[in-house]
Amino acid sequence: MAQKVHSRKANSVVQIDAHGVFYRELNGRLRDIVSNGTRKIELRNVYGQRYIGTDLHKVVEIEIFGTPGNDLGSFMDGPRIIVHGNAQDGCGNTMNNGEIIVHGHAGDTVGLSARGGKIFIREDVGYRAGIHMKEYGDKKPVLVIGGTAQDFLGEYMAGGILILLGLNLKQGERHKANYIGTGMHGGVIYVRGDIDGYQLGKEVGVAELGEEDVQTLGRFVSEFAAHFGYDAGELLKHKFTKLFPLWLRPYGRLYAY
Amino acid sequence: MKTYLPPKFFVDRDPSRCIQCQVCVNQCTFDTHYYDAEDDEVRSREENCVGCHRCVLFCPTHALTIRSNPLDYRENYNWRPEVIEDIIKQAETGGVLLTGMGNDKGYRIYWDHLVLNASQVTNPSIDPLREPMELATYLGRKPDRVEIDQNSPSLKTELAPQVKIEVPVMFAAMSYGAVSINVHQSLARAATEAGTLWNTGEGGLHPKLYQYGNNTIVQVASGRFGVHAEYLDAAMVIEIKIGQGAKPGIGGHLPGEKVSADISMTRMIPKGTDALSPAPQHDIYSIEDLAQLVYALKEATNYTKPIAVKIAAVHNSAAIASGMVRAGADIIVLDGLRGATGAAPKIIRDNVGIPIEMALASVDTRLREEGIRNQASIVISGGIRNSGDVAKAIALGADAVYIGTAALVALGCTLCQQCHTGKCAWGICTTDLALTKRVNPEIGARRLVNLLRGWSLELKDILGGMGINAVESLRGNRLHLRGVGLTDTELEILGIKMAGG
Repeated sequence: MAQKVHSRKANSVVQIDAHGVFYRELNGRLRDIVSNGTRKIELRNVYGQRYIGTDLHKVVEIEIFGTPGNDLGSFMDGPRIIVHGNAQDGCGNTMNNGEIIVHGHAGDTVGLSARGGKIFIREDVGYRAGIHMKEYGDKKPVLVIGGTAQDFLGEYMAGGILILLGLNLKQGERHKANYIGTGMHGGVIYVRGDIDGYQLGKEVGVAELGEEDVQTLGRFVSEFAAHFGYDAGELLKHKFTKLFPLWLRPYGRLYAY
Repeated sequence: MKTYLPPKFFVDRDPSRCIQCQVCVNQCTFDTHYYDAEDDEVRSREENCVGCHRCVLFCPTHALTIRSNPLDYRENYNWRPEVIEDIIKQAETGGVLLTGMGNDKGYRIYWDHLVLNASQVTNPSIDPLREPMELATYLGRKPDRVEIDQNSPSLKTELAPQVKIEVPVMFAAMSYGAVSINVHQSLARAATEAGTLWNTGEGGLHPKLYQYGNNTIVQVASGRFGVHAEYLDAAMVIEIKIGQGAKPGIGGHLPGEKVSADISMTRMIPKGTDALSPAPQHDIYSIEDLAQLVYALKEATNYTKPIAVKIAAVHNSAAIASGMVRAGADIIVLDGLRGATGAAPKIIRDNVGIPIEMALASVDTRLREEGIRNQASIVISGGIRNSGDVAKAIALGADAVYIGTAALVALGCTLCQQCHTGKCAWGICTTDLALTKRVNPEIGARRLVNLLRGWSLELKDILGGMGINAVESLRGNRLHLRGVGLTDTELEILGIKMAGG
């Protein structure tokens, strides 16, 4: 078991070499370290270990070098995770609070049913990103995607803010996702770049940005830019489209009583 | 458009008894009764009556009788009144027919074709009034074998988390939103008092019910409503809901009428919207994915509680159940053809799924054949009506049962099947704050505890009669069952002999 724990007292960063460590053991170790009061952890050589960041319930920073496995930060409540690599499927699954910053791509269902917290993905995401995100009062999840997304982006959205920047699209290249916002009945999606009507779900409306939208967008795009070294002003110069739910009850007329 | 739908019921008001007190007007939530001020008389709009009998029970002079409209169309076995009326409804609305409660069609109820054994002469029966009789049941994964430390009489084997219930009957998942807060509270208090478990369903848990956590199963379903660390930590068991007997394979839409301010809070969705539970869980497309969620929940709770997985009983349940156990489920829950719902498309409710008796027998058999039956407890639901059904279920292989409809009947439900309207006159399947008050949680809990007490006494009688003093000895003991009026194939699947054999 190649596991080393270095405790550097100066800045109290705990380093763990995750090479060959099973996820249950790794996460158990994280639980112990965090309950002992450590607030900054570096995970080196992460190769697919699942559920990192689950069940920690503390404001703790976890920096991951490598490729964390599925369900990164699922049910997460508090931690801040920075990934130097790609995230897999289910990143931020049913997350309640905290932050996930991925310097790379993420797989399918990023932010599935998220209830709060923020997720920033520098590059592309897979299918059904932001599906069924929710919100209540001031608890409002935010998902910012630097690249582009696959189909069913924001499906069933019931709340939260989803921003798609398309920064890696070439000149004249468009987002290719279809069925964007299918079943959407809450929340908002901002897309940088053009989107055609046929790419949207039937339940989605298109609007120009209002003053409040510009403020919201400015705030989270600036955070994104700060994480990944972009110029927020430049990013925001581009035209954005706002997507919103047309109806509170998209399927309300489906039934005979 | 003039409706071609005839009234389902007639309201007979005996004028010699009626005192025009208007209790019926106030009790009816479907606007059937009204007071005509001009004539100073209470009258009825019979087309609105759903046959819930709320007015009949509350009429102080017993002046009301509700009768089925005989609907004496020309006799036709194929085109029965229900069939005709469904077509009329759809011709007038163009919608999916919605309904509540469980499948009401005449599919064979196998419980009624199973009979239990009793001791005569060759072994003594036991009198539960004077001898100890054990109904306690432990839910959770059991080890293949146990090792005991010879020096100190303690267990060397590390056991997976076990949850003890005093009686093998639990309250089935009914979500806050489908049913009222007072129903949830009644169930929670009753479960606590009776030493069993109640199930939140998929709509989250109201903050004031966290105190009943030690008797709570929390559900994680496709909508992930109200699922967060505190919710998971509060419970004794976490149940992943894949399917429901009333609507296998489809999701759920809690109608916007029922999404009140409090429901909006617990589910984190806009007020007045339909609460949409997608058909699949979008992180589960395979057994491997199920394992991923099972272990996500185990990680989220540090392996301290059993994880249950609930499916609707369908054709390949046995193979699916095997996969579920291998995916790490500590409890598997099977919900059968007659399982109820707060709202489901009628065509799905009445036509999809298999009888729970067959599903249970085949799953138990399969897990035994594969040598993994000990790795998960089996809980079944969907039409358990009395302690006889419970005993038969346990003999067929169940560890425990869930009751939903029976519990609601204890609270006043008369199965009028209008749950989906949110207008429940009994205050059960509604979120209307005024109606909710019709269930008093204290009285509700009392009624439920009484029911469980009655069933427990009967179960002990049944066990004693068989000469058994612990429910464990009945589990999967199919020799205590015989079939009546069943075909060879039915007997084979149920794994029992014909009566007399």
